[in-house]
Amino acid sequence: MMKGLLVLTVLFVAIFGKETFEGDKVLRITAKNEVQLTLLKDLAEMEHLQLDVWMEPIDLSTPVDIRVPFTSLQTVKAFLETEDIPYSVMIMDLQVMLDEEKEQRLSAARATEPRTTDDYNYTNYHNGDEIYSFQDMLVAENPKLVSKIVIGQSYEGRPLNVLKFSTGGTNRRGIWINTGIHSREWITQASGTWFAKKIVTDYGHDATLTAILDNMDIFLEIVTNPDGYNYSHKTNRMWRKTRKPNPGSSCVGTDPNRNWDAGFGTAGSSGNPCDQTYRGPKAHSESEVKSIVDFVKSHGNLKAFIDIHSYSQRLMYPYGYTATPCNDQRELHDLARKAITGLASLYGTSFRYGSVMTTIYRASGISIDWSYNQGIKYSYTFELRDTGRYGFILPANQIIPTAKEAWLALMAIMEHTKDNTN
Amino acid sequence: MDGLLFSDLTVWSMDWTLLILLVVPTVVHGNPTVTVRTGSGPPVGSNQHPNSVPLSEDTQTTTEVREVVVEEVMMTGMLNPSHYPARRAATVVQHYLNTRYGSPYRWIFLSKVHSGSAEDVAEMRKYQLELTMQEIISNVSGQCSAELLFPGGEGQSAPQVQASCEGLLQSNTTAQEEAFYQQHRASNNMVSGNDIPDSYGHMEPNMKPFWHLGGVASSFIMLRESNESTLYNMAQVANFTQLETEKDQLRVNYHVLLHEMISQEIIHWKLLVTWSPEQGVQVLQTELQPKCHNCEAPPNTTN
Repeated sequence: MMKGLLVLTVLFVAIFGKETFEGDKVLRITAKNEVQLTLLKDLAEMEHLQLDVWMEPIDLSTPVDIRVPFTSLQTVKAFLETEDIPYSVMIMDLQVMLDEEKEQRLSAARATEPRTTDDYNYTNYHNGDEIYSFQDMLVAENPKLVSKIVIGQSYEGRPLNVLKFSTGGTNRRGIWINTGIHSREWITQASGTWFAKKIVTDYGHDATLTAILDNMDIFLEIVTNPDGYNYSHKTNRMWRKTRKPNPGSSCVGTDPNRNWDAGFGTAGSSGNPCDQTYRGPKAHSESEVKSIVDFVKSHGNLKAFIDIHSYSQRLMYPYGYTATPCNDQRELHDLARKAITGLASLYGTSFRYGSVMTTIYRASGISIDWSYNQGIKYSYTFELRDTGRYGFILPANQIIPTAKEAWLALMAIMEHTKDNTN
Repeated sequence: MDGLLFSDLTVWSMDWTLLILLVVPTVVHGNPTVTVRTGSGPPVGSNQHPNSVPLSEDTQTTTEVREVVVEEVMMTGMLNPSHYPARRAATVVQHYLNTRYGSPYRWIFLSKVHSGSAEDVAEMRKYQLELTMQEIISNVSGQCSAELLFPGGEGQSAPQVQASCEGLLQSNTTAQEEAFYQQHRASNNMVSGNDIPDSYGHMEPNMKPFWHLGGVASSFIMLRESNESTLYNMAQVANFTQLETEKDQLRVNYHVLLHEMISQEIIHWKLLVTWSPEQGVQVLQTELQPKCHNCEAPPNTTN
C-alpha cells in the first residue's frame, strides 16, 4: 500500500518536475549512529543533488529511503561508501518499475471493463452484455460511420442489434453479415466483433474497403441469438438453438437455421422439439429469424447475405434443401474459390467449398436458401475454424487469426458484390 | 427420376462431369428422395425471381407437412473429394486409426481426402479412399490408403476398416508415454479433471494427455457408431477420474461429449478406459447417457 502511495507521489512529482525516472535508483540507507544520521540529513538538503527523500531520517531504527536521480548516483554512492554508511538498492530503475505497474493496471482494467474499443480485449470470448457494450462504444466513437439499429427482440426480450456501417446515401446497396445464429459457435460472435472494429479501422486507410463503403452499406448482426448465447455462458456451453419453449414438450428451443421459409418442413430438419435441428412450429416462428426477414424485406436493396457459423472450415452457397443447383452456381462457385484462396494466403488454413447440400449435408429452412430465393445472389455461409480438434470450444488465442483470415474471404465476396451489382 | 440423376451429376464441378461421363460409367441408384412440401418454396407465379428453383420442382402443393423418411441417393463410382460422402467415410478411417495407434501422445486427424470411390457389394457399401492423415501432437502427416465396408440392412454393426499409412507414425512418443505412465501408475493421487477443454478452449498442461486419451478412447465409440449418415467428433471431456491401476494398466473413467454433425446432437457417453505403453488404449465398457435433462429446463425454471 505504502509503495502505491509513494508511486503516486512520484507520479505527482513527475508532472511538475522531471518527466522521466530513467536510471534513477531508490536506495535504502541504514545509519549506524547519530553522526551518520546527521550526515544523511545534510545530504538530503543538498539541492544540487536533487535527492527525493521517500522516508525521512528520523531515528536509528528506521531506514532512510531516498530516490537518487541518475546524474547524482556516483556522488551519493561515493559519499555513502566513504562515510561507511550501509545502504542497499531498493529499486534498480524507477522508470522500469513504473512502466511495469502501468502495464499491469491497464491489463487489469482491460480484464474488468474496457472504456474504449481500443482497450477491448479481442483475444478472448465475451458475454452478450460485453458485446452489446462494445457495440455502443463503437457507435459512440464513430458516429459518422456506425449506427445501431434494433431490428427486434429475442424471445426473452433482449434487443436484436444490427450495426450499420454507412458513409451516406439513401438506401444504398447493402451487404448483410450475421454471426452467432447458433449460440455455441463462439468463434463467430468473437470474429464478428473483430470485423466491426476492422471496418472502422480500415475505412479511409484500406483502398478496397473504402471503395466498398463509399458505394454500399454493411449491416452486421453480431449476436444473432442472444438468448442462446447467454444460456451457453451460464448453463450449457453446447446450446445451439433459441430459448423459446415448445408447448407440450419439456424441450426448449428451435434451430434458428432451420426456421427460414425455404424448403421449410422438408428433409434436412427435424419435427421433434427435442432435436438440435428442430425447425419450429412454422417458418419464421422465431423472432430472431422473423426480425431479420422483416429487415431484409423492408430494406429491399441487399446484394449479399452472409451467415457465419463454425466449425469445419467451409464456405458454401445455396442450396441446402435441394440437390438442384442454384442458377448462379458457376459464379458463386468461382467466387468461393477466390475467397478461400485469399483466406488460405494468410496462414495456410484450408477451407472446402461448394453448395451446402453437396459439401456438408441436406439442410432445409436455412437462411441463405431463403435470402437467395429473395433475389440476394451473393448468399454464402461460412463454417470457421477448426476441423474438429477443438470444435466449438476453439481456444481464445485463435480468435484473431481466425477472424483475420475469414476477413480476407469476406473482402473478396464484398468486393465482387460491389463490382457486379447495381 | 432421370431429372434427379442429371442434377446429382451436375452438382459436381463442371470440369469433372464430362470426364466422368466419358470415362467412368456411373450408376446412381437408391431410392430417390421423396419430398413433400408445404408449398413454401420460392414464390410461384409472375413475380418469381429468376434465381429461384425452377418451377418443375415445385408443382406439388399440400397443406400438411408429412415426415417422410428420406434415403439419400448414394453416390457410387468416383467420389468428389470435397463432397460429404468421401469426407464422412474418411472420418471413419480417422477413428479406426486412433483405435489402433492412438495414445496420450498420439492423436490422429483427417487432413485431406485426395480421392475416393464407392460401390455396392452385396448388401454392403464399400469405399476406397486415398487420404492424408495428420498426427496432431507431433504435426507429422502421412499418406493412407483405406478400404471401408459399411454393413447394409437393419443391422447395427460397426463398419469394417482396413488402412495402411506411410510416414504417419514417425514421431517417437516412447519417452513421453513412458514418463506419463510411470508418473501415474503407482500414484497415490488419483488424477481427475473436468471440462477439458473449458468453455474458452483452455486446459492446464497436465490435463492435455488425458484429453488426448479421451479423444482416442472416444474413437472406439465413434467408429462403432458410424454409418454413411453420421460424422462424429469428440466435443469435450466432461470429466475423467483415474482409478487404481490394475494389471499394470492405467485405468480411467471418462464422461465425454460427442458431436454428431448431421443431427448436430451432443451425445453423452461414459467409458472405462485402460492404457499402458505396451497394451495401448482399450475401452472396457461404454454406456450411453440419456439426453442431458438439465440442459432442457422447463419454461418455469429460472436459469
